[in-house]
Amino acid sequence: MIWEKNNKTSVVSEIDPRIKLIIAFLFSIFIAVSKSFPVLIAAFCIGVVLVSITKIALRDIIHSLIPVNLMILFLWIFLPFTFEGQPLFHAGPFTIIKEGVVHSAGMTIKSNAIMLVLITLVGSTSIITLGHALHELGISKKLVHLFFFTIRYINSIHREYLSMVNALKVRGFYPGNNIHTYKTMSYLIGMLLVRSFDKAQRVHSAMLCRGFNGNLYSLKEFSLNRTDVVSFLFMISLLFILGTFEWII
Amino acid sequence: MHISEGILSPALLAGGAVLTICGSAAGLKSIDYDEIPVMGILSAAFFVASLIHLPIGPVSAHLTLNGLIGLILGIRAFPVILVGLTLQVLLFQYGGITTIGINTLNIALPAVLCHYIFKKGASLNTGKIVFNLSVFSCGFFSIFFSAIMVGFSLSLTGRAFLPAAKIAVAAHLPVMFIEGGVTTACVLFLKKVRPELLE
Repeated sequence: MIWEKNNKTSVVSEIDPRIKLIIAFLFSIFIAVSKSFPVLIAAFCIGVVLVSITKIALRDIIHSLIPVNLMILFLWIFLPFTFEGQPLFHAGPFTIIKEGVVHSAGMTIKSNAIMLVLITLVGSTSIITLGHALHELGISKKLVHLFFFTIRYINSIHREYLSMVNALKVRGFYPGNNIHTYKTMSYLIGMLLVRSFDKAQRVHSAMLCRGFNGNLYSLKEFSLNRTDVVSFLFMISLLFILGTFEWII
Repeated sequence: MHISEGILSPALLAGGAVLTICGSAAGLKSIDYDEIPVMGILSAAFFVASLIHLPIGPVSAHLTLNGLIGLILGIRAFPVILVGLTLQVLLFQYGGITTIGINTLNIALPAVLCHYIFKKGASLNTGKIVFNLSVFSCGFFSIFFSAIMVGFSLSLTGRAFLPAAKIAVAAHLPVMFIEGGVTTACVLFLKKVRPELLE
């Protein structure tokens, strides 16, 4: 599978996935809304602690943080110059504005804090379990079905894609800036759709033969134990403390 | 195309989430349980397409294919794109929990709009030129509107974001042509090989 990360067992991975989803959701929203620097830095530290408890390899964490920070970096190029406010210093023809720098710095901490919380959630739970947890939390059954089918087909389509790319390479195909490349890739995508469509119909018929009635059964029973409740209350009280600080400052 | 966490204002994030929920609910309502496997494939294809990088000049860009998905699915594109993007968040950390709403809206709404504008011209019994032109426009304008919406979301967050937003839209210009071309070639291929997929 293309996404298998080695999920080590840790305190966090033992917690009920529903609790983790709710906490990650509340934390993300809270951090996205908060504005004051001390609160953002505290949230970032909480994120760091959570990720370190989860025992995810440092390389994986950095890898996950790259896409967010590319976008942030893009905005750093503009925002320090385009804000209105006090000039901090002049760099040649450009003036660096204090408010712009402050805003960009806040944004950087904010995004990374939210991503750390998300990495903790994802790094400690398998994607299938997350799907079942979403179902338990009352997300529309059709949407969860779609979620599971998509996970299933991403794998088979990706495998199909790789074998077709190999076939292209064997025939000496090298992508370049020409119509031939774009045409070939378009046909590849078309062929991917056709093959996966056939496969989906076969799988669906097989499912119907085995008595598929539109229900999804999880092998894991979700049940709340004391650790779940304690960790939930702990994280919620942390949120409350942060919220109070945000309100006071 | 993805807007990362922590950039947009909370009001915009909330608005995006509400509209995405409405769109997805409307889409799910028109999907039967029997159709879900097919929707799953398109959702997975949308996901895999975002892994395919095509060379554009000295750099490369990944495909979005929201035009193709919109053309085939109409309003049902909303839940399909929502699931694709959610999986991108969960598996690769592109975007995040609070931005799923606005990101889905920015990609799915243009796809649905283009479906209603161009579907008539892209039906199987229209003439060759009209058909090709409609399909190309569907791919082209899906990305065009998406880029505009991304730029709009950025500039709504603050006036200081305007130059960055303009650059982001301009950078998508070559991608629009590529997407239009790829969508056309792909649909022509499907028309020849498996026309029932386009009905």
